[in-house]
Amino acid sequence: MSATTAHSIVEASPRAKTVAGAIVILYALITILPLLWICATAFKSQSDAISYPPKLLFTPTLEGFVDLFTVQTRQPPDFIAKLPPAKSWYEKLARERGMVIAGPSPVVGRFVNSLIVGFGSTILATLLGTLAAYGFSRFRVPLADDLLFFILSTRMMPPIAVAVPIYLMYRWLNLYDTQIGLILLYSAVNVSLAVWLLKGFIDEIPREYEEAALVDGYTRLQAFRKVVLPQAATGIAATAIFCLIFSWNEYAFALLLTSANAQTMPPFIPFIIGEGGQNWPAVAAATTLFLTPIVFVTILLRKHLLRGITFGAVRR
Amino acid sequence: MAKITVEALHKSFGDFVAVKSSSFTIEDGEFFCLLGPSGCGKTTTLRMIAGLELPTSGRIFLGEQDVTFKRAALRDIAFVFQFFALYPHLSVRQNIAFPLKSQGMPRSEIRERVGEVARILRISHLLDKRASSLSSGDRQRVALGRAIVRRPKAFLMDEPLGALDAEMRHVMTGELRALHDRLAATSIYVTHDQLEAMSMADKIAVMNRGIVEQLGSPREVYDRPSSLFVADFIGSPPMNFLSLGEGIAEGADKIRLANGHVDAPRILEGGVREGDLVLGIRPEHLQFVDEGALRGVVFGVEYLGSAQIVTLTTPHGVVRARAPADRRISVGERLGLELRTDRLSLFEKSTGRALALARNGGAAHG
Repeated sequence: MSATTAHSIVEASPRAKTVAGAIVILYALITILPLLWICATAFKSQSDAISYPPKLLFTPTLEGFVDLFTVQTRQPPDFIAKLPPAKSWYEKLARERGMVIAGPSPVVGRFVNSLIVGFGSTILATLLGTLAAYGFSRFRVPLADDLLFFILSTRMMPPIAVAVPIYLMYRWLNLYDTQIGLILLYSAVNVSLAVWLLKGFIDEIPREYEEAALVDGYTRLQAFRKVVLPQAATGIAATAIFCLIFSWNEYAFALLLTSANAQTMPPFIPFIIGEGGQNWPAVAAATTLFLTPIVFVTILLRKHLLRGITFGAVRR
Repeated sequence: MAKITVEALHKSFGDFVAVKSSSFTIEDGEFFCLLGPSGCGKTTTLRMIAGLELPTSGRIFLGEQDVTFKRAALRDIAFVFQFFALYPHLSVRQNIAFPLKSQGMPRSEIRERVGEVARILRISHLLDKRASSLSSGDRQRVALGRAIVRRPKAFLMDEPLGALDAEMRHVMTGELRALHDRLAATSIYVTHDQLEAMSMADKIAVMNRGIVEQLGSPREVYDRPSSLFVADFIGSPPMNFLSLGEGIAEGADKIRLANGHVDAPRILEGGVREGDLVLGIRPEHLQFVDEGALRGVVFGVEYLGSAQIVTLTTPHGVVRARAPADRRISVGERLGLELRTDRLSLFEKSTGRALALARNGGAAHG
């Protein structure tokens, strides 16, 4: 197997390549299987979702999504028969199962909250992190090492350990159940990660680039924007995705600090289970919806992410 | 184009003094070299002139204008970095145009200027390539292009050839000087390579430990070094130093060497006490003469093709002499050496200063 390592000086044999490829594919399948299972469940009917042995082939239905996006009540068949004819395909779908749609569910609001809080805190943390990392990297900051250690130390205990003080603080500051409250909190947690990651990236960019721009008639800020930022793009993208993953997935604080107004998707999804039996297709539909943006962003930035991880390993 | 004057420039980083009150003037259109070993403060001096570093004290004038604390961007100076500092995310054209864009020059004019510079440097065919895909010689040309495109008041170059291989360096040395003559721009060139400095400069400042040890033309610096350091640093192989176990008085014109006396230029000022006198003589000013005053045993011979460097052990220490290539010399041979006494230098060992000799036409520089 030594022929397949990265340090090999001989070309890997076709057989070794095949074996390596098979292992990678197998691993990928194992990893992706739960995700595929959730996606499949989202398109199953309730009975298909809980049938045993599990059904691999089934008639896809949008019942799960209809349940997710609407609030429904169970009505007797004669009541449903007396109603005016269903105006839309989803109303029809609900009535076939003896349900009447009472109105939209809060899921859209929750999803929008997730988007605002997730991307808002990512942008804020990355922005502050880039500026701070640039400052630490380029200027003689008094007590720089101590400050950097202080920034790192904010990550040394699990954030949830300070949940109660933060809860009280947020109540007092009127930040409880607000989007801005969550954005600030997630940014505070992420900014230490951002500063440390980005400082490494910016340290790698030779100062001469900016100095050349300074001599060539640009201000410090222009040099930063035109020279440092394009060079650090890879690092910034990698940092942003780490921040986004954290704030997108965060559950504990979201549960504690939000309710009707600013609740995000993670604390909302479990609520779907409880209403009128275990509606797994609706939960799966919510999860699928929840996964989509992060998958999309990761695919969009995957080139940067890969380069970001190997940054510094290759010669400039 | 402008004259550059540096007055009592001083820079310290905490306890470390990088540049100790240096003063010099660079005339308009002059090619000026700051030469010295690494850590001597030459790059710091250059960076202060560029505005990338603020001096602790002292003043810098560009023309008649005091620019000591002026932002780099406002000094109208171009800087060529050792590792080129070409922006890897931009094309060659964009790299060269970068300084012009900051001035808000119209696009058509930028295009014209970039094209002109590319023709001068013969890089027109590279304009649309990425800077990161070029060879180091081409990168150097692009870096020069970015410097000259703006037609600045002065060019500052920090070991611009340091990252090139020996052959390319030789080619670029010639090109740089030709470019300088064509543009007639004031240039300051920092290097630790004496050959580069000697072959290009109008004037050289030899720096050591933050001090300008000597300021002069390549010829002056080579022929009349003002200190032991300069004599040792310049020339390859370096000057021979013979410790003479005696002193010398002002006005003397003879030196005791080995068992005899040699005539020396008359000492104009300052005697040296016993045991503190050092005689300096360059390898090419030693000739093999059978009845020579200084006798030595050949220790090694380096054949260079055009000449050979012979190392001998003498009563006054190891001495190297440059001999014609056609003479056959073998190790262990006992030979006599004669000094071209009109070319020798005398130093005071404890202070390192050179004694002013009559042929110097006055006091030594420094």
